[in-house]
Amino acid sequence: MSSQRLPSGGRINRGRPLEFFFNGRRYEGFEGDTLASGLLANGIRLFGRSFKYHRPRGLFGSGSEEPNALVQLGEGASTIPNLKATQVELFDGLSARTVVGWPSLEIDLYAINNRIGRLLPAGFYYKTFMRPRFLWDWYEGRIRHAAGLGFAPTEPDSARYDKRNAHCDVLVVGAGPTGLMAALVAGRSGARVIVADEQAEMGGDLLSSTQHVSGACPWMFLDNLVKELSLMDNVMLLPRSTVSGYYDYNFLVINQRRTDHQAGIGDIVSRERNWRVRARQVVLATGAIERGLVFADNDRPGIMLSSAVRTYINRYAVRPGRTGAVFTNNDSAYQTAVEMHGAGMEVKGVIDVRQRPSQERLLQMDTLGIPVYSGHGVGGTRSGRQGLRAVELCRLSADGRDVLTQKGSLDCQVLAISGGWNPAIHLHCQSGGRPKYDDDQACFVPDKSVQSERSAGSALGIFQLGNCLSDGVDAGVHAVRETGYACAHIDIPYASDRTGSAIEPMWNVPDGVLPGRGGKKFVDYQNDTTAADIALAAREGYRSIEHVKRYTALGFGTDQGKTGNINGLAILAQHLGQSIPATGTTTFRPNYTPVTFGAIAGRELGTVFFDPVRKTPMHDWHVAHGAVFEDVGQWKRPWYYPKGGETMESAVRRECLATRKSIGLLDASTLGKIEVRGRDSAEFLNRIYTNAWSKLEINRCRYGLMLGEDGMVMDDGVSSRLGDNHYYMTTTTGGAAHVLGWLERWHQTEWPELEVFFTSVTDRWAVASIAGPNSRSLLDRLCSDIDLSAGAFPFMSLREGSVAGISARLFRISFSGELAFEINVSADDGVALWELLMEAGGEYGITPYGTETMHVLRAEKGYVIVGQDTDGSVTPADLGMDWIVSKTKDFIGKRSLARSDMLRDSRKQLVGLVTEQPETVLPEGTQLVNEPSTDYPVPMTGHVTSSYYSSTLGHSIALALIKGGHTRMGASVYAPTLDGQCIKAIISSPVFYDPENKLHKT
Amino acid sequence: MLSIDCPWCGSRDQSEFSYGGEAHIVRPKEPEKLSDEDWGDYLFNRKNTKGRFEEQWCHTAGCRRWFNAVRDSQSYKIEAVYKIGEQSPDGIPE
Repeated sequence: MSSQRLPSGGRINRGRPLEFFFNGRRYEGFEGDTLASGLLANGIRLFGRSFKYHRPRGLFGSGSEEPNALVQLGEGASTIPNLKATQVELFDGLSARTVVGWPSLEIDLYAINNRIGRLLPAGFYYKTFMRPRFLWDWYEGRIRHAAGLGFAPTEPDSARYDKRNAHCDVLVVGAGPTGLMAALVAGRSGARVIVADEQAEMGGDLLSSTQHVSGACPWMFLDNLVKELSLMDNVMLLPRSTVSGYYDYNFLVINQRRTDHQAGIGDIVSRERNWRVRARQVVLATGAIERGLVFADNDRPGIMLSSAVRTYINRYAVRPGRTGAVFTNNDSAYQTAVEMHGAGMEVKGVIDVRQRPSQERLLQMDTLGIPVYSGHGVGGTRSGRQGLRAVELCRLSADGRDVLTQKGSLDCQVLAISGGWNPAIHLHCQSGGRPKYDDDQACFVPDKSVQSERSAGSALGIFQLGNCLSDGVDAGVHAVRETGYACAHIDIPYASDRTGSAIEPMWNVPDGVLPGRGGKKFVDYQNDTTAADIALAAREGYRSIEHVKRYTALGFGTDQGKTGNINGLAILAQHLGQSIPATGTTTFRPNYTPVTFGAIAGRELGTVFFDPVRKTPMHDWHVAHGAVFEDVGQWKRPWYYPKGGETMESAVRRECLATRKSIGLLDASTLGKIEVRGRDSAEFLNRIYTNAWSKLEINRCRYGLMLGEDGMVMDDGVSSRLGDNHYYMTTTTGGAAHVLGWLERWHQTEWPELEVFFTSVTDRWAVASIAGPNSRSLLDRLCSDIDLSAGAFPFMSLREGSVAGISARLFRISFSGELAFEINVSADDGVALWELLMEAGGEYGITPYGTETMHVLRAEKGYVIVGQDTDGSVTPADLGMDWIVSKTKDFIGKRSLARSDMLRDSRKQLVGLVTEQPETVLPEGTQLVNEPSTDYPVPMTGHVTSSYYSSTLGHSIALALIKGGHTRMGASVYAPTLDGQCIKAIISSPVFYDPENKLHKT
Repeated sequence: MLSIDCPWCGSRDQSEFSYGGEAHIVRPKEPEKLSDEDWGDYLFNRKNTKGRFEEQWCHTAGCRRWFNAVRDSQSYKIEAVYKIGEQSPDGIPE
């Protein structure tokens, strides 16, 4: 493998040689190389294997359009799969591997698929592995091994990723000649400009060009332009930045790669930055992508896009081979023949499907001694060990549909092909614009703008350099005027262009053999989709290009069919006997090129981002005392406090008994707390809650239910009156934010005439709830300024005073059925209060308990938890809570309670359940049936909503919603279990403990 | 992502807002006088307009105020915003 590096030229830095590794072998390249150009310079032509047939593949393109040369870059946690070698910048020590090929690139055992390719048509996997269904998992594993691309890292990426929001007047996408001119106009006019380009260097096609601009060599012109732009404070140049998506309201996302081109800085600065830009005007100077030609065996290593050959020679000073030829249907590839010749390659000929290429081109080739085979096609290719060895010539009929005669072959290592140019209209289409077919140029171009954007230059179907430069100026002027700036003067640079590309479309090059014989004609290289696959799809009845795409995988690869899609849809159009515009394109969706998960996640990583963690003021105490936590909404709540080696069961048993016998202590800080103030507070609460609030005395509390307008229970809680126009509402822990929004919405949108204000104070208060027969005795020791006797401080009332010197608001509220006090103090005093209570309560054996014990205690009393015992289909009557529903006033949801379905006797109603075997605890959520039958389907009669073992009562208890349950006391129901058993249970009152409701009022 | 003009705060990203569905649905003054069908209509039935559509939005992560917007459900363009209680540009009262 001799060096293919040209002795001079290119934009590489020959003073900075770099060492790199590919599939474990060491190579040398230069700063400014890509992995692709570096390997090509070392004579490497085999870059990978194809996805399905495992055919050897080489470079096809030179940028983000590359379908073949996919590599896995780096190792370990920061490895990235499926990068295009054409976009990987070389740095010292770089290491990459090919992604397809097993056990190795050179010897790929799956290449057998190529031999049996006739048996693997489009849809093969769907058709073959459908039955038996249970074997699919096994099949899938084998298919994935054979067909997989790169692998995702298995460890967390240690690199940082970030996001940045930005606004600008003009966003220029693409820094080729068009984009840079637009940026220059906008920059000189004073507009705030962002220029984003996916390449490492600004310049686009100028980087690969030898064509003079305004009399200067293109690189000198480019250097001056970029220098002027980089000195402008109002212009930001973003290289290595792909505009990956164009969304509503001129919102664009730019994905900037900041460190992958250098070794070892990934942990200092962020690896990638996700720019989220709101632009007033967008100039889409995204250029055009050359498309290939579809002919037999068109995938040999050495068959490359004509533009890529030009780029490797001019920009990277690499000769892609010793001998070459050109195959084209338009004028643009002739320049490649000129440059191959200039690079010292032996150019065997230009094969042109057109019968009459322009005289000017023929003369040019004649001068260089390059034969032109007009009216010819390539009917097949032959390969040697290192890829392409020869191409076979055919004389084509005048209409280009048939082969007239075989004309021998040309020996060549490189075939530069051009099937024409596709403007990169992706972003225009993502913005809502439509593509329009341009018959003369045989390509889709942007139709009318829908958002504030304008395509320019090649992206608009303008393919000559001089015209691109002036269209870039026009686009800049347009953007500047639209954003209200005075347009600066600018001299339009000129370039001498030959006019027109004179393209004659050739979508499927005939090879003179019967369909199904001859070589494969690849349309989509990455997915191994062939012209025959598309023909098959058409024969099988597929009509929509979207369906054909999904059936044949056309355009599904990481390159998204940038070089093959248009050829594919044109071939489909031919088979369907319809025009290309009638066939249409597939939908252009973000992202333009693949985006890493890191870039999308940014710094918003881990559980903290996906759901913020909220902790109570006493959280650290709970942690220090071994609490096991439960997530309730966003809150971390102690679930239970195991001692020694206690199981949850024994810890909960201990906590329950301690509370019932002496004192338990619960952190209730998480309950939602909303201050309601204003002249019309009482009236507002009357409308929100099912019960009446006007007559509640100051310092008294009341339990309230909120319904949705559909009559279903939405939230509950105790609210208190603190003053004439001042209420203090509590909500469920999980419902707090929703309830605040609910109050605000009704007030603002329906009853703005009511004077009422809401303030969330959930986090301002720490709440310690003491419950149990000894709680008053304990509090008596700590509280000297409140008379705690039942007469002076009755149940459902509140007092303000101090507890152990901490100013506090005390509520006599009970969620356990015991005598209980909820002590509210400032959040800052929460820990102090808690520790004082633990210390003073020592002689009573005060026991902190968590949410599990809280649940058991409240279930023993038949108190429901909204969201556990209700599910959005439960009314107050279903819960047996008619007593809380006012008959006299209106409230949200009231009318719904009178709908016929609400009055049905067979509604599911809340009841208690006691199992026949006292130790058996019903699984929560289990369905209930009336008879232990196996005559399926067994009619359901309800389900269990809460279920626990009650240590206090010595048997299990459950709450359930059962059809007509309120009138079925004493009846039996059955809970079928997963293991085929059927647990018998008896319907009872949901109040299991202290049914006379005396204890909590003592 | 839409850019929405909050009548109080100005232009902000859509991610600061929450959607409230069709606007100008007034809660009946005397619900008990409505038939089940009429009440069900108020409760459940909403337009599914193609084109200009009046809807409620709330600047949830901002000033927390509700307001109305006219949005084109085809182009997603927000044609106008106006405060609760104001007449819509297309003449729908209050």
